[in-house]
Amino acid sequence: MKIWPLIKVLPVRTHFRFVRLARVFSSISVVAVIASVVLAAYPFTPPCGGLVCGIDFKGGSVLEISTAPQPADLGKVRSSLSGMGIGDVQVQGFGGPSSAIVRFQTPAGADANATAERVKARLTQTLGAVHFSRTEVVGPKISSELFSKGLVGLGLAILAMLLYIWFRFELQFGLGAVAALFHDVFLTFGLIAIMGRFGKIEFDLTAVAAILTIIGYSMNDTVVVFDRFRENLRKYKRMPLGEVIDMSINEMLTRTIITSMTAVLALVALAVFGGPTLYGLSIIMLFGIAIGTYSSIYIAAPVIMLWGVKRGGEDEEAAPLKPATVR
Amino acid sequence: MMNLARWKVVLVILATVIGLLFTLPNMLPAKVRDSLPAFMPKNTLHLGLDLQGGSYLLYSVDTVALRNERLTNMAEDVRTTFHDKQINFTDLAVNNGEIGMRVTDPAQLNEATNALRSTLGAPLAGTPGGRDVSVTTTPDQRIRVAFVPEAFDAEASKAVEQNIEVIRRRIDQTGTKEINPVRQGKDRIVIEAPGESDPEKLKNLIGQTAKLTFQMVDDQAAPEDVAAGRIPPGDELLPSTDGFAPAYVVKKRSVVTGEMLTDAHPGFDQQGGGSVVEFRFNGVGARRFGDTTRQNVGKRFAIVLDKKVISAPVIEGPIPGGQGRITGHFTPESANELSVLLRAGALPAPMKVEQQRTVGAELGADAVKAGTLSAVVGLAATMVFMLVIYGGLFGGISLIALAVNAVMIIGLMSLTQATLTLPGIAGLILTLAVAVDANVLIYERMRDELRSGKNLISSMEAGFTRAWGTIFDANMTHIFSALIMFNLGSGPVKGFAWTLSIGVLTTVFSAVLVTQVLLAWWFRTVRPKILPIA
Repeated sequence: MKIWPLIKVLPVRTHFRFVRLARVFSSISVVAVIASVVLAAYPFTPPCGGLVCGIDFKGGSVLEISTAPQPADLGKVRSSLSGMGIGDVQVQGFGGPSSAIVRFQTPAGADANATAERVKARLTQTLGAVHFSRTEVVGPKISSELFSKGLVGLGLAILAMLLYIWFRFELQFGLGAVAALFHDVFLTFGLIAIMGRFGKIEFDLTAVAAILTIIGYSMNDTVVVFDRFRENLRKYKRMPLGEVIDMSINEMLTRTIITSMTAVLALVALAVFGGPTLYGLSIIMLFGIAIGTYSSIYIAAPVIMLWGVKRGGEDEEAAPLKPATVR
Repeated sequence: MMNLARWKVVLVILATVIGLLFTLPNMLPAKVRDSLPAFMPKNTLHLGLDLQGGSYLLYSVDTVALRNERLTNMAEDVRTTFHDKQINFTDLAVNNGEIGMRVTDPAQLNEATNALRSTLGAPLAGTPGGRDVSVTTTPDQRIRVAFVPEAFDAEASKAVEQNIEVIRRRIDQTGTKEINPVRQGKDRIVIEAPGESDPEKLKNLIGQTAKLTFQMVDDQAAPEDVAAGRIPPGDELLPSTDGFAPAYVVKKRSVVTGEMLTDAHPGFDQQGGGSVVEFRFNGVGARRFGDTTRQNVGKRFAIVLDKKVISAPVIEGPIPGGQGRITGHFTPESANELSVLLRAGALPAPMKVEQQRTVGAELGADAVKAGTLSAVVGLAATMVFMLVIYGGLFGGISLIALAVNAVMIIGLMSLTQATLTLPGIAGLILTLAVAVDANVLIYERMRDELRSGKNLISSMEAGFTRAWGTIFDANMTHIFSALIMFNLGSGPVKGFAWTLSIGVLTTVFSAVLVTQVLLAWWFRTVRPKILPIA
């Protein structure tokens, strides 16, 4: 048997009964969303709750230091900074053996920049030949601004998607899409909270950018399924809603899998070779693509089923703006 | 659709060639690039600070401090005015953005208020008879003086502009050209210094207010009063770095200020040894300095820089001519630095570093390496995957579309000099990987149509026309999230958003048009009977 191109041997048309499992999966999703919200919010300490906040959002400093060629003595770094009255200083190995990352917050009332200068001076004094390959300082004004900007941005993105889908499809579709978006965003927060506890991912501006990308991607996926769904609704006016949904999802399944795979391939490459800065970004997006695909099927569609859609003779009315069709 | 409109072919070829032309400089070594003829584009991708190394500094202008300073000066005017008019008062102080005082004699309250209204502040532009300060009274003989909010906002805004001017002058003095202070929002100033991995010097140069004043030392202040924290009215206690006394009590009113300097340069003290800063006053400054020194022989004056006494010499005789020197504990470098600051002038309003991002050049180079490697691996994986799934012909066509897409993105980014950041590289890779989605949608649609009984040509036609709506909708969603990201403001994230947006535009173009032209061309030359992917 010829197995190349692979598309020829893939099943031409699948007949999975997605809708039949909708109840089960929606329940699982609801539980997962609640768990994520709790994980992300508990303990309810501002600004980030259960998420490990990056300095973008809570203020403070990050120094990446290198003591090459000597290995970085993390204990010495810690002890030299412990007496400075700057509270919780985190020191982690980072990248190679001779580099480390130092994180600390600005003590209340002190100047962020001056504190960072003080720490740098102290480290130079105790470690001797130390090189600061990265310095980031964020003052309290900026961090609270970035934080609110980030949250507003997320809210706006979801709102924009709702309006767009409403405009291009119907309100029910918009609501389904937005339910799927909330699902994806909340679960992603859950992931960031869990990964944060292992010191892997921080919640910062880059994470927000990753979530916004997920919103774009998840929407993309939802739109593709909805598009086919709307088309089939018009084509098969007598078919029960659940069957139309199943059919539409099955028809788009090959495409969904292929596209997700290309995205996954690229993101895995990013996570593996992209270095520590891109690691968090790519992990969040990988996760987002997986749940984005899932939520198009198991969140967006069931919401539409719950709500029902206008069908029957009033096609033209039900579809305010048709995509270009062949004449 | 399959009849290969000529404009489409021309458009595709044109876009590819132009894209290649603008991408080319990135592939060439700098030497070759410089020797290119003048009509060739030479711009390479503009790397963000996180990739080429450098410093980003965000300053906020402290308008509250500016207001307090203005009010403190004004409080001294109040003191003088009341003194001249023999009005008795108590509790003169600057608090919560206003000057407060209490007139002792109720009968004098009106006179006091009128005196203040006519002497304080400046006329308000745009309102005849209006002034930029408001004077209000309360029944218990208290008077409050505050700035009219709009007037002060305008003044603060002007101060921010002037700060930028001063910073620019200071930077120019050091001969660095590529640093450009930019205003951001109401009271912020952004400075980006590519290649600057140790911005301490830069911060000293930019952030110091450098307000120089000459104030008389108040020798009458009793040391025991000062020790107990009782500073005589009209005086202030300033810390000192001159090494003789920890602090001096000086008159608040300054005799001469740094604004009256016309020149300052580093010099060398022949007698004492060590570096000094030599300066020259303008006419007004020279006269005032001459008068003051003549009247106060034997007393001391303090040279104050940003509320710190750097030197407090005894006046040995009148100093006419308006020339002088500051001896402090200067090194040749610090003397030079102070000279630069004095020449460029003081910042009208103090500033504070709110955010700093510094990336060393080698860390940036590492990031470029990591970004490039992951891009190559990620794209190669995508390409192999597409070939495996759709075979040499259709897979190959999607690869060509992908390559055109990549060339167009890089060309556009080089042309517009949009900043490419590390997250931007991630955005680029993801965009390209997801770009094949358009091909997938088109191909899958073709297969669907064929399966529903259409013949080959109309299936292919329908594949394009019917997938178009989906492709459009799906890509609009990316544009929305990119627009919102763009508003988040921070450099690296902005770069990410920008790459994403450019990517969406080129994706729609290349995936739809390039694929179409290639398929139509294949169809015309081969006249196939079956679809190779069905």
